[in-house]
Amino acid sequence: MKFRLSYFVIISSILLFAYFYSQNSIVTSSVVFTAIPFALPLALAAMVGVMCERTGIVNIGIEGTMLVSAFTAFFLGAILKNITAGLFIGIMTGVLVGLLLSVMTITWKMDQIIAGVIINIMAAGITSFLYRQNFRIPSTFAPIDLPILGDIPVVGPIISDHGPITYLGIIFIFGLWVALYKTPWGLRSRSVGEHPSSADTAGVSVVRLRYLNVTIAGAVGGLAGSYLALEAVGIFERGFTAGKGFTALAIMIFGRWNPLGAFAAALFFGLSQAVTNQLMIDEVVQIPQQFVTMLPYILTILILAISAGKVRPPAAEGIPYEKEKV
Amino acid sequence: MTNLLDVERLSKRFGSVLANQEISLSVKPGEIVALLGENGAGKSTLVKAVIGLVKPDSGTIRVKGKELPYGDTAGAIARGIGMVHQHFQLVPVMSVTENLILGDEPTKFGLIQMQKARRETAELSKRYGLAIDPDAIIEDLPVGMAQRVEILKALRRDVSLLILDEPTAVLTPQETDELLEVLRNLASKGVGILFITHKLREVMAIADRVVVLRNGKLVGVTSPKESSESQLAQMMVGREVVLHVEKGPGNPTGAALEVRELEVLDDRRLEAVRGISLQVNAGEILGIAGVEGNGQRELVEAICGMRNRRKGKVLVAGKEVPNLKPHEVHAAGVAHIPEDRERHGLVATYSISDNLVLNRFDQEPYAKGWIRDLDAVARNGDELVRRYDIRTPNASAPASSLSGGNKQKTVVARELSQNLPVVVASQPTRGVDVGSEILSLSDRVAVLYGGKIVATFDSKLANRDEIGRLMAGSEGSRS
Repeated sequence: MKFRLSYFVIISSILLFAYFYSQNSIVTSSVVFTAIPFALPLALAAMVGVMCERTGIVNIGIEGTMLVSAFTAFFLGAILKNITAGLFIGIMTGVLVGLLLSVMTITWKMDQIIAGVIINIMAAGITSFLYRQNFRIPSTFAPIDLPILGDIPVVGPIISDHGPITYLGIIFIFGLWVALYKTPWGLRSRSVGEHPSSADTAGVSVVRLRYLNVTIAGAVGGLAGSYLALEAVGIFERGFTAGKGFTALAIMIFGRWNPLGAFAAALFFGLSQAVTNQLMIDEVVQIPQQFVTMLPYILTILILAISAGKVRPPAAEGIPYEKEKV
Repeated sequence: MTNLLDVERLSKRFGSVLANQEISLSVKPGEIVALLGENGAGKSTLVKAVIGLVKPDSGTIRVKGKELPYGDTAGAIARGIGMVHQHFQLVPVMSVTENLILGDEPTKFGLIQMQKARRETAELSKRYGLAIDPDAIIEDLPVGMAQRVEILKALRRDVSLLILDEPTAVLTPQETDELLEVLRNLASKGVGILFITHKLREVMAIADRVVVLRNGKLVGVTSPKESSESQLAQMMVGREVVLHVEKGPGNPTGAALEVRELEVLDDRRLEAVRGISLQVNAGEILGIAGVEGNGQRELVEAICGMRNRRKGKVLVAGKEVPNLKPHEVHAAGVAHIPEDRERHGLVATYSISDNLVLNRFDQEPYAKGWIRDLDAVARNGDELVRRYDIRTPNASAPASSLSGGNKQKTVVARELSQNLPVVVASQPTRGVDVGSEILSLSDRVAVLYGGKIVATFDSKLANRDEIGRLMAGSEGSRS
């Protein structure tokens, strides 16, 4: 069998887990448990990238999408005193940002990198300008005790007791995988990202499909932002997303533009962060806090360096489709 | 019986070029109509308008009597129009089956039925005698195979009108004959066929009716029974045409180009040229015949310094030319007309004048020291545009505004206007020939197969069928 880095990572993670579990089951469970909230926003943000790039649109505005959605979800959730309404508003905000990116990149055929930068700068500006202190949401989304699944030994305590957005997000990731590889929508989306004129000549509307996917991806970005504000943290601060939308692009590449690959890569990120945190709590290692915060970025650089030249992005990404140049 | 297709007074303008001017045309069920014209005559634009890939400015398109809106690709497909494009419309990373079902996938509960699709692909290829592996990935297939996928793609949708845009450009003579047989077979089942070509032999062999375009205008409708090859050629070009290029025998006077024991790798780092030696004498044309992918591209690139020569030498007038230095190879006297003029022949965004001095812009008289002499460049541009009949409003227009044939003329003008001792031309007649084949042009023909020269003929003694067999890899009697 061909050596693949992802298999290596998965197998060694399982072996390490088994070893630590045998040493100290409670701490090991809790570390892996906390890896999930670290991983989820990265995974969802990576799905935004997967959906856009698979249809040929580069989206570096994920960070901005998450930031502005977290903002509206939090403040409207606080004002309306209703976090479910906040979640809905956060998702709709993502849809609007997705539409904005679509108009810029698909209709106006702007440079896609610049369009993404515009979204990031606008999001940072608007959320800082409108930010007010002393707002509070009534509560965060409460954890759900999974029936049956939660009772499985070893695995149960890790996968149970997460919030509703976490489960919604994980279901979405698996659903996206099925949709991308097993449905007409997925085949068409991938063909539009690889060779749009083939899709066009087969009667698939490149423009419509790109609009649809970038907009749905925006909703997912909104979900990721809402998750941070309403389920994971329960507050909003300026620059709240802290580069997660960019890290997600590395995760997407590491996962080879495959939803499950990206999910695994995000879990790896989350786990590395959870392990580092635990080591600091136990004072096993004495690392300055600043270095710990650097961890995701260092991992990003490492992963991109390892993947360089080995992965093949969708061939048509970043190129606006010109119908008459078939 | 209603016509499958009626095009009436269709016009389309690209910038200042009228690509189609009030063109009318019709196709009946079971009829093979050849759309004949030089490159840039407007054939591709016309059929793209029919299939909805180009929005015409005026005119009507009716399919089976019903008008088709402009730019409605899905509508055209739904009404039974299928098209085999010149540039294959296949997703390279996907399988044959995936490409066939794209846009019309068999589903159950919203999921694609891949097994069923694979079975249908196998059945379809069997029914039409076009053998193909349903699971093969397109980018691994040779060109002839990929074309089969294109045709199957159209057939799968129960086409009543099949449009083929220059389908034989990439095929060997045998593959071409096979394709013509497939088309005849389809027509006998009632499918209407609109066949774009500039090759007269194919028109004579297969067409029921011939529609000739020139400079975007319809110049005539005729049939192979009513017209001879030379009459058709005259309609196409607008003047008397010499079909079999009148060329005296070569007058060889010593080696101009020598290739010795050349070995070259391809992009996948596999051996593409396996020890080729050849000699081209001054005053002689050596034709290299071969199916795409048998080393001819690598051979040409290695000679011109664009690809590493792993072993062997290239000599021009007895002097070895440096490896991997295209500019110095050119300076040593080798003109190069590349196969892919868009990528290696022209800079699309530069003006035609600039493209015409691309290999000598830094030399007298086009530059004086560090400074370019733009007047000299413009004068040269105007002169070559006139001399080589490059059809453009003016020489300062960007090269991207030219049609395919005129792009080719621009490259040819640049490379030939210097009178260099060696000319290496890769597929030079793609898109501009009038019945001129390798045999009528060359003094000698070398056949390349699997990276080796398998035979060399004197072109007067060679025959087309035997060369075709050798190109396809079968052992022929070697002379």
